[in-house]
Amino acid sequence: MCLAVPMKIMEIKANQALVELGGLRKKINLGLLEKISVGDYVVVHAGFAIQKLDEKEARKTLSALRQMSEAL
Amino acid sequence: MLVWFHQRVPALLILSMENKEKILLAHGSGGSLMHDLIEKLFKKSFGNEILNELSDSALIKSLPAEGHDLCFTTDSYTVSPLFFPGGDIGKLAVCGTINDLAVMGAQPLYLSCAFLIEEGLDYDILERLTKSIAQTARQEKVKIATGDFKVVEKNNLDKLFINTSGIGIRHAGVKIHKETIAPGDKIIINGSIGEHGLAILAARGDFDFQSTINSDCASLSGMIAKIIQVSRGIKFMRDPTRGGLATTLNEIVLGSNFGIRIFENNIPIKEEVRAACEILGFDPLYIANEGKVVVIVAEKDVEVILDVMRRDALGGESQIIGKVVKEPKQKVLLQTRIAGTRILDMLTAEQFPRIC
Amino acid sequence: MRYIDEYRDRGITQKLIKKMLNIVSDYSSPIVLMEVCGTHTMSIFRSGLRNYLPDNIRLISGPGCPVCVTPNSYLDKAIAYARKDDVIIVTFGDMIRVPGSSSNLEKEKSTGRQVRVVYSCLDALSIAQDNPDKKVIFLGVGFETTVPTLAATIKIAKEKKIRNFFVFSGHKVIPPAMQALVKERSPHIDGFICPGHVSTIIGSKPYEFIVRDYHVPCVIAGFEPVDVTQAIFMLAQQIVEKKSPVVEIQYSRSVKEEGNRKALDLMEEVFESEDSNWRGLGIIPESGLKIKQAFSDFDAELSIEVEVEMTKEDKGCICGAILRGIKTPLDCVLFKKQCRPENPIGACMVSSEGTCAAYFKYGK
Repeated sequence: MCLAVPMKIMEIKANQALVELGGLRKKINLGLLEKISVGDYVVVHAGFAIQKLDEKEARKTLSALRQMSEAL
Repeated sequence: MLVWFHQRVPALLILSMENKEKILLAHGSGGSLMHDLIEKLFKKSFGNEILNELSDSALIKSLPAEGHDLCFTTDSYTVSPLFFPGGDIGKLAVCGTINDLAVMGAQPLYLSCAFLIEEGLDYDILERLTKSIAQTARQEKVKIATGDFKVVEKNNLDKLFINTSGIGIRHAGVKIHKETIAPGDKIIINGSIGEHGLAILAARGDFDFQSTINSDCASLSGMIAKIIQVSRGIKFMRDPTRGGLATTLNEIVLGSNFGIRIFENNIPIKEEVRAACEILGFDPLYIANEGKVVVIVAEKDVEVILDVMRRDALGGESQIIGKVVKEPKQKVLLQTRIAGTRILDMLTAEQFPRIC
Repeated sequence: MRYIDEYRDRGITQKLIKKMLNIVSDYSSPIVLMEVCGTHTMSIFRSGLRNYLPDNIRLISGPGCPVCVTPNSYLDKAIAYARKDDVIIVTFGDMIRVPGSSSNLEKEKSTGRQVRVVYSCLDALSIAQDNPDKKVIFLGVGFETTVPTLAATIKIAKEKKIRNFFVFSGHKVIPPAMQALVKERSPHIDGFICPGHVSTIIGSKPYEFIVRDYHVPCVIAGFEPVDVTQAIFMLAQQIVEKKSPVVEIQYSRSVKEEGNRKALDLMEEVFESEDSNWRGLGIIPESGLKIKQAFSDFDAELSIEVEVEMTKEDKGCICGAILRGIKTPLDCVLFKKQCRPENPIGACMVSSEGTCAAYFKYGK
């Protein structure tokens, strides 16, 4: 029900950030999050970052999947 | 057709309040202002021996039609903004009509060019567009043989529309027709899709994203001439403009006794286009192109055609994206990245950015 | 790590499906899973995942498409607002073709009414600032993912004293709708694929009552093919192994158990719950959100009077039953005949993530 895409934070100015995906840049609002820094990936929905992506969790999921996939 | 070319006394420049020359209703009324425009702008930019006659219709004496068939097409162009990354409505109006001739296997020769303009348009805009048209036509070796110019009251149309018609000739030996398509034929595209539609969207500024996506607006006639020269195995061609690649493929299977299967992994899409589609909820397969051609070829000729296409400036990223299949008839099936399949339908309505 | 292509891996998807086949092949009864969220429905169709799933796993689509569950009466009121000369309607593109009783916003626009499509509700604020002599009404339709963005926008409007910006709130929340479905036990549901982005905001706790009180396992899933496949695998595992059901988070890169606290606080500051009418599900207690008194100046319904036509429902349309997962579009006499994406009769056809649109576009 809700399209949202992971984008990378390139610049931060107060409550606004410039985010990037595949060379495309967009201004978004950071008002729904705290402690975001340049280089973080965030989930963007309707012009707002709604969550910071957790790299550790992402790697954990993927490596578990890859292990499973190799074990077969 | 109201003709441009009656001799009248040249008029003075008309300056508006902001000291910028504007197009007025009078420019289209057949009077001296119109004459002035024709002499100073259109004749100067487009001038050739046919147009310069200023007759009521273009007289083409030397149409080299022996052993050839004649192709004739028309298209109207409206785009906002008039200037966009990678082109403008003038270039688009020339390339679009040339491409409609080229995909039939014809060599484009003559174009008409008709402007519909909203009063108050900056003269400077018309001048830039006229030059763009002239330059594109010159590069593609087509002549603007006749034209028309109308001005309508403010708010009766959005700035400027262009209609171009085109005449081309096709060698009688060229048999490019939907009926020649058969299962086993391969489907080629000359490069990445979705750029025109997204360049326009970005240029409009509505959704506020910065991109370097350029429209792919280009004349395909040079590249197509080269592949026709090396192969008689070309079954059919079409340029996937409005409605995008998916719609064009559906038009091809409509009413046929074959189907098409394409492979998502093989369809070239630039990363930025992909990204914009993710963000806005668009499907790149339904986004307009203005410099792409879908070529259906006999399997035996596919390598030689690909080779020629890839050496052309407009075909560097040419790819085989699919094949013609016997079943299911009249359907386009897409094999997805994860190797699932789904039906690819026609575009049913304009895509809007969505949150869901 | 770019968080997209890694989760579209063909090899991993296929291996997951193989593993799934292994665990469900001896399971004698069919496994019915509901993907609550329309974006999941769309992702499943777009990736062609259905052709691969084991025969005894059946996916049914749920009520998680905000456009689809918005009742005709909301649309009729939005259209009535659009017909006022001093109003500019601002909306996400999703709503533009949804039919009301006798018109839709696209048709209204074609007769010269001011209807603008935006990507973010913040754009509506700019439109309000650019048109001080107009009342700008934003159509607030969406679930918990979208509501905090509206809450933030309303707060900005208050801070900046933008007096001509209003929200017509048709917002809804998901867990009560899931409860309504499991309570009725029709259709029978063995497991929920829970919405990843709603859960990004609300976390996993709001689903606990479903496993505790109704014993239906829940897995919160991301939207890429690998995500959805893994979530189905996790549900199948819970069901086949007959463990006591739990809420699991597959989409752990975005969903935390506690959700997004700041977004939830904002939501609570600006909105409060009320009973709400869902197309197909009827009135569900505490499932809608209205603007709190402190922000009532921005509530379109309190601030702008309008006369609305009598709402009519199309008799032949079975969107309601489709939204509850009891019927599929193939059961509908209008499907692909009178009701097509270019002339939608029910909302499930108009929304790009509606079940009918998905069946029309991607079905066999």
